[in-house]
Amino acid sequence: MNQAKTATPAKASRSYTSTDIQQILLQARAYIALILVVAVFSFLSEAFLTPANIIIVAKQVAINAILGIGMTFVILTGGIDLSVGSIVGLTAMIAGGLINEGLVLPYFGVIVYFHVWMIILISLALGAVVGMVNGLIITRFNVAPFIATLGMLYVARGLALLRSDGDTYPNLVGRPEFGNQGFPMLGAGTFLPTEIVNGWVHSAQNAFMAGLYTFLAIPYSVWIMIVFTLIAAFVAAKTPFGRQVYAIGGNERAAELSGVRVNRVKVIVYMISGVCSAMVGLIIASKLVAAHPATGVFFELNAIAVVVLGGTSLMGGRGNIGGTIIGAFVIGALSTGMVMVGVSSFWQQVIKGAVIVLAVIVDQMQARMQERVALQQQQRLELATQTAEG
Amino acid sequence: MSETPILDVRGVSKRFGAVQALTNVDFQARSGEVMALVGDNGAGKSTLIKGIAGIYPFDGGEIHFEGKKVNIHNPKDSAALGIEVVYQDLALADNLDVVANMFLGRERIQKPWQLDEASMEKACIETLVSLSVSTLRSVRQAVAGLSGGQRQAIAVAKAVMWNSKVVILDEPTAALGVAQTRQVLDLVKRLAQQGLAVVIISHNLHDIFEVADRITVLRLGYKVKEFLTKDTTQQEVVHAITAGTLESVPGMV
Repeated sequence: MNQAKTATPAKASRSYTSTDIQQILLQARAYIALILVVAVFSFLSEAFLTPANIIIVAKQVAINAILGIGMTFVILTGGIDLSVGSIVGLTAMIAGGLINEGLVLPYFGVIVYFHVWMIILISLALGAVVGMVNGLIITRFNVAPFIATLGMLYVARGLALLRSDGDTYPNLVGRPEFGNQGFPMLGAGTFLPTEIVNGWVHSAQNAFMAGLYTFLAIPYSVWIMIVFTLIAAFVAAKTPFGRQVYAIGGNERAAELSGVRVNRVKVIVYMISGVCSAMVGLIIASKLVAAHPATGVFFELNAIAVVVLGGTSLMGGRGNIGGTIIGAFVIGALSTGMVMVGVSSFWQQVIKGAVIVLAVIVDQMQARMQERVALQQQQRLELATQTAEG
Repeated sequence: MSETPILDVRGVSKRFGAVQALTNVDFQARSGEVMALVGDNGAGKSTLIKGIAGIYPFDGGEIHFEGKKVNIHNPKDSAALGIEVVYQDLALADNLDVVANMFLGRERIQKPWQLDEASMEKACIETLVSLSVSTLRSVRQAVAGLSGGQRQAIAVAKAVMWNSKVVILDEPTAALGVAQTRQVLDLVKRLAQQGLAVVIISHNLHDIFEVADRITVLRLGYKVKEFLTKDTTQQEVVHAITAGTLESVPGMV
């Protein structure tokens, strides 16, 4: 199916040249980086590559990965979303407020308490709305994405602080009389109760089975990451919407002339980013069993970092969801590994920053190499047609 | 060669603020013929085709298509009629492969929401074969790696794939070398042989005299004259472009 048959005579057989191998290495660099990181820390610390630790890493990775999924769509269109961290904080505060204080309707003299799943839906919808505002400002008023979302970074953070006057909503467990219990499950819960799984682990015959059992206690946050990843990867690679996202990143004018509703697609990608941010806000508030207005500060930078590390070009049009997930795992494994090995937290920052910049340098090398290869191909073709004509 | 034009633009005008870009221009395209649209910079060629394509509406005048008066308000209207424009900047996304580009904005769907890659690839190859575009290594290769002539061929194939009846080419050979230009001109001839009405905008009179059946000359927003290629010479056309024969320009006869 991937081979054109009738329209492609000759030139099918090509041996791998050194540039081909270089390109493959560059394209797989996120995987190579992940393998390297895992190998190094497994060597330095015995506890690193254990099922229990992998789950701990995955829980941390889930945050960056979910944010990164939304950010990948935005960056693929050639945009950027700086407001994700603030949307995380805002949704955490809104969800926390709805659990602890309910929705106060002064005119009716009532306070409405929602079920937890209703609160989750409201929060996700809020994230979508904030993202839509981003998208509409960018497309209708022709504001650069950097500026529009920078504005939203401040606005959403300010609203998060206003919601509680800067206070934290503590103890988000709900109350039986309101029927809104169960919120902490989202961040810490597992399908199988941890106690049962731990029992199995202890009674396991060998280490392999014990490890297998441990993976049964994968927390919901990691499942959410997996579900988001699968959906996002499908949307990006297999749907007309995903195709159009790439087209806009590659040549926005061409997309427009071809009949792609560019503005609509752009608004939707910012909405996706908003929903992903809202999901993370919920997970974090649930995990901490508290909502703090400063939740998610700088998260936008982490999200951009994992996207770039995963090989997505900030210019748009090039990259994929899988890369972003791998990028998130690289950062996650690196952070956890450095803690386990005992690298000072100051050095951790230095190393993380260096890795991110290194990734972009490699990205640039790859882009240049692709240009060169494309140019060579063109020249070969021109030559071929000339000789054929002449 | 049919005598009644499939596309008949009558007396259209367009004003941008203080600039009168088109004044009372008539323009026709006939099925199976190549109509060249020539004129100096600022003559109104691009304005005319953009109006036909529905990028912006004309201020006055009528458009008749297949004998019926039609209203074209946006690009979708003109596409629905069967008018396709291949723009100068090619309108291809470099990062996508040939199939993705040809179906961009009109992707085929298989199950709900899922791209039907197999059928798109098949249709893409069929279209390319029907146009005798044979130099492609694979329809799954990114457009970035194609030569200028191949890119132009893809852009043209993209336009004709939609059962279009009129194909408008905006300077298709402007950035091409000799061999590539030859490929594109052959392609233009084939389009006309297949019964399409082809409109070609170009500055290169040599190319035009090779492929065009008729030549419409615009100057400063007026239609100067329509020539039959076989009855005219390059000198005559150049004169019309630069000085104008100007029976249609008021006060200049």
